Amino acid sequence: MTMTTTSRGPRAALEQVEIHDGRRWHRVCELADLVPGRGAAVLLGTEQVAVFRDRSGTVYAVANRDPFSGAQVMSRGLLGSRGPVPTLASPMYKHVFDLRDGRCLDEDAAPDGSPAVLRVWPARRATAAVSVHTEGV
Amino acid sequence: MTRPTAPPAPRHTGRRHVVLIGHGMVGQRFLETLVALPGAAGLRITVLAEEPRPAYDRVHLTSWFSGTSADELKLCPPGFVAEHGIDLRLGDPATAIDRAARTVTTASGAAFGYDTLVLATGSYPFVPPVPGTDAAGCHVYRTLDDVAAIRADASGARVGAVVGGGLLGLEAAGALRAMGLETHVVEFAPRLMALQVDEGGGDLLRRKVEDLGVRVHTGVGTRAVLADDAGRVRAMALSDGGELAADLVVFSAGVRPRDQLARECGLPVGQRGGIVVDGECRTRDPRVHAIGECALTSDGRVHGLVAPGYAMAETAARAVAGGEPAPFTGADTSTELKLLGVDVASFGDAHGATEGARDVLYSDGRSGVYRKLVIGGDGALLGGVLVGDTGSYGVLRPLAAAGRPLDTAPGQLVLPAGLAPASGPVELPDDAVVCSCHNVTTGRIRAAVADDGCTSVPEVKKCTKAGTGCGSCVKVLGTVVDGELASRGVSVDDRLCEHFAHTRAELYDIVRVKGVATFSRLVEEHGTGEGCDVCKPVVASILASLAGGHILDGEQAALQDTNDHFLANLQRNGSYSVVPRVPGGEITPEGLITIGEIARDFGLYTKITGGQRIDMFGAAVDQLPAIWRRLVDAGFESGHAYGKALRTVKSCVGQAWCRYGVQDSAALAIELELRYRGLRSPHKLKSAVSGCARECAEAQGKDFGVIATSSGWNLYVGGNGGMAPRHADLLAQDLDHDTLVRIIDRFLMFYIRTADRLERTSTWLERIEGGLGHVRAVVVDDSLGICADLEELMARHVGAYEDEWAATLADPDRLRRFTSFVNAPGTPDPAVTFVTERGQIRPARAGEHGTPLPRPVLIGGDRVEVRTA
Ligand SMILES: Cc1cc2nc3c(=O)[nH]c(=O)nc-3n(C[C@H](O)[C@H](O)[C@H](O)COP(=O)(O)OP(=O)(O)OC[C@H]3O[C@@H](n4cnc5c(N)ncnc54)[C@H](O)[C@@H]3O)c2cc1C
Ligand code: FES
Repeated sequence: MTMTTTSRGPRAALEQVEIHDGRRWHRVCELADLVPGRGAAVLLGTEQVAVFRDRSGTVYAVANRDPFSGAQVMSRGLLGSRGPVPTLASPMYKHVFDLRDGRCLDEDAAPDGSPAVLRVWPARRATAAVSVHTEGV
Repeated sequence: MTRPTAPPAPRHTGRRHVVLIGHGMVGQRFLETLVALPGAAGLRITVLAEEPRPAYDRVHLTSWFSGTSADELKLCPPGFVAEHGIDLRLGDPATAIDRAARTVTTASGAAFGYDTLVLATGSYPFVPPVPGTDAAGCHVYRTLDDVAAIRADASGARVGAVVGGGLLGLEAAGALRAMGLETHVVEFAPRLMALQVDEGGGDLLRRKVEDLGVRVHTGVGTRAVLADDAGRVRAMALSDGGELAADLVVFSAGVRPRDQLARECGLPVGQRGGIVVDGECRTRDPRVHAIGECALTSDGRVHGLVAPGYAMAETAARAVAGGEPAPFTGADTSTELKLLGVDVASFGDAHGATEGARDVLYSDGRSGVYRKLVIGGDGALLGGVLVGDTGSYGVLRPLAAAGRPLDTAPGQLVLPAGLAPASGPVELPDDAVVCSCHNVTTGRIRAAVADDGCTSVPEVKKCTKAGTGCGSCVKVLGTVVDGELASRGVSVDDRLCEHFAHTRAELYDIVRVKGVATFSRLVEEHGTGEGCDVCKPVVASILASLAGGHILDGEQAALQDTNDHFLANLQRNGSYSVVPRVPGGEITPEGLITIGEIARDFGLYTKITGGQRIDMFGAAVDQLPAIWRRLVDAGFESGHAYGKALRTVKSCVGQAWCRYGVQDSAALAIELELRYRGLRSPHKLKSAVSGCARECAEAQGKDFGVIATSSGWNLYVGGNGGMAPRHADLLAQDLDHDTLVRIIDRFLMFYIRTADRLERTSTWLERIEGGLGHVRAVVVDDSLGICADLEELMARHVGAYEDEWAATLADPDRLRRFTSFVNAPGTPDPAVTFVTERGQIRPARAGEHGTPLPRPVLIGGDRVEVRTA
């Protein structure tokens, strides 16, 4: 059994991914849009957010901007783990971040002196009765 | 040192003035060492150079014939002279030294006062004093100008004769042979390389050299050079009364120290030449030093190799800048080289000249291996000669230098790698010099690990300088460092990452033997955790090369790094570049126009790559499918220019067009590229095919390179350009087409099976036990009996290849990921913006106001339609 097959099931197709911007939950994509271990970029207003789903089905949302390159690419990184920490590796220069609090595990600061931390949004799975529904903010 | 009392005219600053005569290999090393010493801060430095260009690597001069450019041979880093305020006067040789006035005069008439003078004038080639040597077509072999003149002359010549069968003579013969000349070597001594090898080795060497089509005449001298009416050489008259027709002659019958300047100003020189110096490299005049090939050192010898020259450079630099003294006491004359593709090494007392010395010999005329060790009366290793198989030279040389009775039976040591019993590595004593360039002993290396806390070879290199000269000792260095780490209980960590306690090669075997097909199963059964960006792509690559299937299928999709995930090359602003496959670099005018049109329509930046391709930059994720669609429709596929896979097979035009081509290199390159495209490997693979020995495709700088010969193809492996350039090794020669392809199949699959993650073929060849000899035994002679297996794997790869881009276009499921925002398909990434520069786009930098590219053509339909499919 692989994760991909379950996620393709008819019930799973209705499962949504939601992230919280401090005021309310926003529905950003379906769970089935995410390949386990990988992510996708979503727009929340003008903000770019990278959402992920790990092999166990937990979802995460962090800023899409890689602080080291300034490029909006974190959604194209690889999930993994370092000891007990769930991680995300940037595809640009391979810096590894803690998915739970967004902190970079390799360096404290980006080259421009700003702290090497990704903003983290609370994320959850929600079952909805409605079908595809993308939401602007 | 005392300050000068009455400075002569040209000395206008108060700083002490060091004048160096000669900017060759040793001169440059002297400068580098000097400026790095604290005592050099206040010095003014002037360099007088005869040659029109700064110092270059004379040792590798011959590689110029096979395509290494003068630029690549440069030894003097750009900016070095300016950075250290050195006044370098090129093309203006010193003509006289006035020691009383302390001035040097040059050919242009300039005069320089000095406080310290350093002579590094090297040697001149010896030309036997026989009539006719000034005829047109006669050459020497010492400088870049010399080799350029030889090449210019060779194009009109048919038969070349080399006078001298030593190291240089054989190199010159190899170069003439490669330029297509019928080549003869005339050697006065009874055998080739008389200085380095003994009779048995010489015989074998001769046979190997003759096998390569070079005619060898030993025991004969040159009586005269005979010229035709136009004054061009037509033949050589030999001492045995014979005549040898030749229209090009190269003299490489030894060198003589350039000591004339010193002689003329009254400094003592040796009977057979060489400026006499003491242990500090000082001449009789304490203000004058001599280093390198022009010096006669305190051990009574003139050293004609670069390593002792470098040692002298360091000694003199310390003497000049007042550093800790490092007397020069003599040097190792060991050599390891590859002549005309034959491995030759000699070290220590190679001729058994020591009283009571005995030989231990291994000789196999059939496979062309000759190995001799010289053992002293006390059982110590004194020296040796290795021809055809120089394996374990790296260990034998320091063992001989240490001169202590052996622990291992010499009968074992003398055997070639394949035959030696696997009794574990030979222990080197602490005082054995491992790196003779920097005089670093085994003990010093062990101390670097034990006391200085080094835990890896790069750290030890930095700490001790071992391995940073000629590089020939790096392999032994690695063994010593690993041994010491292991003995200190530091396990030598070759785990892939925290998730797998295996090397890449071990994982490959697990996947192969157990038939594991998914990462999940592999990590559950053999690893821990979730994996990471190290092990996931490695496993993806192993699965791809063993199991096949589209790399974006099922779980494999989650393992690929971003380039493989999006089948294109990520650039700094998050956009991608696309490099259409152009097999062999051959493209029709229509093809060029198509690529041009695509780039124009999508507004992409284009650049010609080093791999004979056209790279199109600036594509956003959601534009990639549309670009591929256009390519596929025009009969192209995109290429793996981003992957750990076969990148490109370059070629020259070859026989079809080129006046010199002897085989159809373009056709072979196309065939090889189509055969190996899509092959996933531990690191990228590059290849090239050249249609003749001129090597325009630079095949010897590739992971596997093929060069045409008049009777087939020569296969080179392990070459590399880039950051760590390495010349490829000849794996097999004069192969017919089918054998060539078969050996490449095996070589690639063997590499994929055994290499570490991110290990290029060059480092793999250096690391793998037994080196090139072992790889040759496995893939040419099938010593492990796995060749059928390797061929079968390759056949599967070739059979299963599909155009990954076309397959992606055909599959809505895979296409779904090519969208910037999953909740706003069709919205471009507003962060990917460009400005215009030189008529094309480039990514906008921070603070620049850029604009996004024109909107892509949407394909694949909207999300809902895709989902319901
Ligand atoms: C083809 C070839 C292959 C070789 N292979 C090897 C090898 O495999 N291993 C090895 O150890 N060694 C090898 N050598 C030898 C090695 O190149 C020399 O040992 C080394 O270059 C010596 O350095 P040097 O600085 O003393 O002399 P050079 O490098 O010759 O430099 C001397 C410089 O001084 C200049 N000069 C001379 N007189 C004057 C003057 N009056 N005024 C100004 N400038 C002057 C010369 O033009 C020259 O540029 C090889 C040499 C050749 C030619
Ligand atoms: S022997 Fe040359 S670098 Fe060590």
